[in-house]
Parts: sequence; C-alpha cells; structure tokens
Amino acid sequence: MSEGLSYREALREAHRSALAGDARVFLMGLDVGAYGGTYAVSKGLFEEFGPLRVRDAPLSESGFVGAGIGAAMGGMRPIVEIMTVNFSLLALDQIVNVAATLRHMSGGQFSVPIVIRMVTGAGRQLAAQHSHSFDGWFAHVPGLRVVAPATVEDAGGMLSTAVDDPDPVIILEHNALYSTRSKVAPPLPPVPLEGAAVRRPGQHVSIIAYGGSVSKALQAASSLAQEGIEAEVIDLRSLRPLDSKTVLESVGRTSRAVVVDEMWKTGSLAAEIVAQIAEQAFYELDAPVARVCTEEVPIPYARHLELAALPDVSKIVSAVKGLFKGG
Amino acid sequence: MADFRMPSLGADMEDLSLVEWKVAPGDAVRRGDVIAVVETDKSAVEIEVFDSGVVGEILVQAGSSVPAGTILATIETGESSSPSASPPVEAPAAGESPAPVEAPPAPVPGPVPKRVRMSPAARKLARELGIAEEGLQGSGPRGAVTREDILAAAEAGKQGPQAGMRKAISAAMSRANREIPHYYLSSTIDLSPSTEWLKAHNADRPPEDRLLIGALLIKAVAMAVRKVPELNGHYIDGAFRSSERVHVGMAVALRQGGVIAPAIFDADQCTLEELMRRLKDMVSRAREGRIRGSELTDASITITSLGDRGCDEVFGIINPPQVAMIGFGGIRQGPWVLDGAVVPRDLVTASLSADHRVSDGHRGARFQATLAKRLQEPEKL
Repeated sequence: MSEGLSYREALREAHRSALAGDARVFLMGLDVGAYGGTYAVSKGLFEEFGPLRVRDAPLSESGFVGAGIGAAMGGMRPIVEIMTVNFSLLALDQIVNVAATLRHMSGGQFSVPIVIRMVTGAGRQLAAQHSHSFDGWFAHVPGLRVVAPATVEDAGGMLSTAVDDPDPVIILEHNALYSTRSKVAPPLPPVPLEGAAVRRPGQHVSIIAYGGSVSKALQAASSLAQEGIEAEVIDLRSLRPLDSKTVLESVGRTSRAVVVDEMWKTGSLAAEIVAQIAEQAFYELDAPVARVCTEEVPIPYARHLELAALPDVSKIVSAVKGLFKGG
Repeated sequence: MADFRMPSLGADMEDLSLVEWKVAPGDAVRRGDVIAVVETDKSAVEIEVFDSGVVGEILVQAGSSVPAGTILATIETGESSSPSASPPVEAPAAGESPAPVEAPPAPVPGPVPKRVRMSPAARKLARELGIAEEGLQGSGPRGAVTREDILAAAEAGKQGPQAGMRKAISAAMSRANREIPHYYLSSTIDLSPSTEWLKAHNADRPPEDRLLIGALLIKAVAMAVRKVPELNGHYIDGAFRSSERVHVGMAVALRQGGVIAPAIFDADQCTLEELMRRLKDMVSRAREGRIRGSELTDASITITSLGDRGCDEVFGIINPPQVAMIGFGGIRQGPWVLDGAVVPRDLVTASLSADHRVSDGHRGARFQATLAKRLQEPEKL
C-alpha cells in the first residue's frame, strides 16, 4: 500500500470512526454494504459493523433519502450515499422540500441531522446520465449546508464534522478525487464546514475553484508561474454558505479573477461568484472576470468529446492570459 | 480639400507628439471640432479643426512626434459633397412673409467623444492620483488601460512632463529675457470702489453665483488695453501686429509644478458673469490638462497674479510673441489719502511689463492710468 491516505480511504476512516463512536450513526445507500460502495468508499464496513449499521437500500433515491430524513428526525445520525448526483434529482423533493425546510417550518422543534454524500462530476466516460454537476442547485437552497471537499484532509475532516452537525449537510465528492493521496495518517482532525482556503498565494490573478477543479487550477497556476503570472488559487470548500469574504479579499489583492466550475456556464455556481465580485469588488477589477465552465452540452460519452467539454488546465491558462496584455 | 496641420503650440516647442485621433477617415467634422490630442512639453492639448468637411486621409499615426506645421490629415471640403456644410442662408426679401420654418436638416453627429477603455480599478486609481484619462495608452485586454498603466503614467508624470515643462518654460523665458527689451511700470490703485461694489453685488447671491475680484481685474485690463493697442498683439519676425480682439491669457499654476497661460477669448466683450464662468472653467481644465491648442497660442496679452501668495507686486517676463504682461499683487488694506485725510482703503499694485520695441513708457503709463480709472467705476465693467 502506498504511503499516506487516499481521498477514498480518508472517507472510509471517517465513516469508521463515526460508526464506532456513535451508535446513532448508520450508512445507507445503493450497494454500500455487501458490494462495498460503487466507489469502494465503504469497503469492509459492512463486514465490520453489520447490515443494520451499513444498509443496502432498494433502488429508490426518494425512498431511502426520505427514510434517512425520517430517521434523523427520530434521533438517528444517518449518512446517505447517492451513487451519482444525477440520481439525486429523484430525491430532490426530499432534500429541498423536507430536509431543508423542517427546522424552519417547525419553528425549531425539529432538526434533520442527515449527511447526504453524492458523487459528482465527469471525466470517467460514464456518459450524460452519470457525469453531471449540479453543485450550484444545492448551494441555491437555504437550509442546506453544501461542501465540496477537494483534498484528502477535507474529505475525512468534513465528513466527521458533518455527522455531528444538527442540520442537513450535502457532501459533493468529485469522482476524480477518490484516488488522490496525501501524506497523512488517520484519524484526520475534524474540519469546519465553512470557509474557503487559499491553496496557493499569488498576486496577479485569483483562480477560484472547488471540488474536482481545484487540482486543475493548481496545475494551471504552476504553468502560469513559468510565464511570470502568479496566480492565487482559492478553494471554496463550502458552497453554502459561500465564503465571499475570502474571495473578495483575494480579488482585492489581485484585481483579476477567473472562476472555474464544472457546471454548465449558464446559471452556474460560477455565475453567482462572478455576480458577487461585480457587486462588491467592481472598483478593484483591472480586467473583466472570466469563467471556465463545462460546454453547454449533455456530457458526451466519447472520450475526446468529453474532454473537450470539460474545463481543463489549458483552458484555465488561456482564460487567465486573456486578462493580461494582448489578451 | 484642406490640410489639417500640427499647430505651433508655443515658443520653442519643436517636437509635438500626436497622442490620439478622435476621428477616423470618413468622419464628418465641423470647424471647431476637437479631432486630435497632442502632447506638448507642457500638457496634453486638444486640437481643433479649422475646416468643415470629411476626414480624408490620416497621414500621421497616433504615437508619432512631428514638428509643427506637419500635415496630419487631409479634410475633404468639397462644397457639394460635404455632408456637414450648411446650406447658404438666404435672407428673406423685404416685405415677404417669412416662410414657415423648415425643420433643419438633421445635424451630422460630431465624433462621439470616445470613452477611454479602462478597467474600473484603473479608473479609480487614476482619480485618486489625479491622472487624466485622455490619451492614456492601454496595455490590458483589448487595449484597456490597467492599474499598471496608471502607475506608469504617474511615474512618468513625476519625471517626464514636469521636466519637459521646466524645459519649455526655461526656453521661452530665456528667449523672452534675451530678446525683449522689457520696461516696467507699477501703480498702486485704490480698489475700494471695486471691492465695495463687489460686496454689495454678492450680498444676496448664492456662493455659486458670486463674482470674484479677479473677474473685475480681467475685464478692466481687457477694456484698458483697447485704449492702448500697442500692448495687445504679437511681435513676430521683427514686426508687431496688433490684435483686433482681446484674448486675455491667465497664468495658472499647475499642481504638479509649472505654469500655463490659456486665453479667455474676447474678454473685453464678456459680462462679468461670463468671465467668472469661463475663469472657473479655464482653471479647472488647465489643472486637468484639458486645454485646447488655440487657447494656449492665441492670447494677445497675459495677466499674472500672485496676490493670493502674499506678494505685493509682480513684474512678469513677457510671454512671447505677446508684448505685454500685467501683474497684480495682493489686495491689502493700507493708508490712502482721500480728500486730504489718511483713510484705510483696499489697495492693489498693478504692474506692467511691456516690450519697448513696440511701445514706450508714455503709452504704458496711459494703460496704467486707464486701468486705475476702470477700477474706480466697477458698475461700468
């Protein structure tokens, strides 16, 4: 086994310690039990904790998310895994109309301490029904916390914090991240569910990204540094609430911003961030704000078309260069 | 067809840099339109066209430096083809009832003043640093002016133009002192009639409508010089040409250092209110670097005033090719003999520096006396 911990293992360890530390915690979802999870996050947990704590659910997202919400209201601490974000749409009613609203509608008498993990993003040739990004749709909804861990440390640490949170937390796990590794050892410390992070400091341009786009932004920044452009890379980490302060402060320093988002550009989370920059940092801008988003097509199956549709390092580099001389 | 040439914008300014075209070939222009911006040693100057027509060929590109007189562009002035030429106006014959007024032909839109393409951050910084936006060269996306460009302009402003202006002033003043045999006259004038009149005039007016004493001094000079035309005009190539019109140059100190003296045209014909308005406009434009070329070159006499700096008298060096400079010291209360008694009055010392090649002390004294008399009758200004 390689050194350190993978994103997948960090999540597994966080599940393990949550299951071991709190009898109210259980994991539920499609193939999370005997099969070990579609992305092998829960591999071994079924054997370790048994079928009551690691529960295979029937193929009904609305049903098992709803059951999770009911269990949470009944005093349990469920973690529900949804195989891909595309399928979460079947449970959108439960998430938006029930989980997000009950604290408000009951005047604080009920809370819904559920964690809903879902796999998001493209890049694995899984075609249009398994590859989309709807991060901004969830980030739109008051009553939800939405996080998109981009690092091994955040994956494990945010899950631990989310399990203890008294309100519904959506964790968006980009499929390209499961095998990324970090030289850390379990147990990972809990990580707050709010606050963006500056992953690389720089003074010429802010590249704002989250989830699976952060590593692309960092690679673009390295490449730009060789040409004398020092990019600051902001990892949003939490999509709701958004840490606008960190974004605006960064743009205040650099006067330029490129937002990277795997959503389609129209109505994307990037659109919200650009709007906030325009509203609150207009006079700091030295160039128009740019976005690198997914092309407005259902994600293609063909490898070359899929790659062409997605944000990548060279698109980020050229968007950044477009904000400078001769751009 | 007419030529649009690089104007001569003052003594000893040889290289003038064309920084911006405000028109393109095919644009309609009318006499008086500002169509180019030229950077002199002193400041950026807007250049007017003297012919109406259509811009033909642009012969000198923005960014080039050329000597005065160089043809910058051609203006097609063909009578019939010119879309901006006004149709000749025929006076209606006597007795004929005036024809119903026809709607005038739609005016040819002049060149729309081009907004400088500039980032919000750059615009904010430019305002903070007092950098004029006109004529800035942008290095950002699609030629936009960026913060870096403003910082560069601010840096250049600290060295270049100011050093350039010093050089220009040095050249012009050295030449003036070398070539012009100056003579100087000075008179202390009882200004109380003017200051009292001004006090009464301003009493019931809101601050923005009030006059300053400067407007009265300019008008008095402009009227007095009409009586002594040897002081109003230009000495060029060994000959003096008196000016029909009185364009009074006002020395304006610039914040970044240096001085320019843009003209108030036909100051003798202006009401005091009009003079006041133009004076305010002139000073603010001078400090923003938005003075037109003709305003810098066409003054026929110049006034300098250092009264607000506490000087009692100022003997200026004539600004060639003009032949006279009027200096005003500060207005102060002092003892004055009036009807055999010493009384406190508002006093000002007016001085005349004049070109002895053109006028003699006798004529200069006539001017001084006329000026003093004008200021005793402020209601007639």
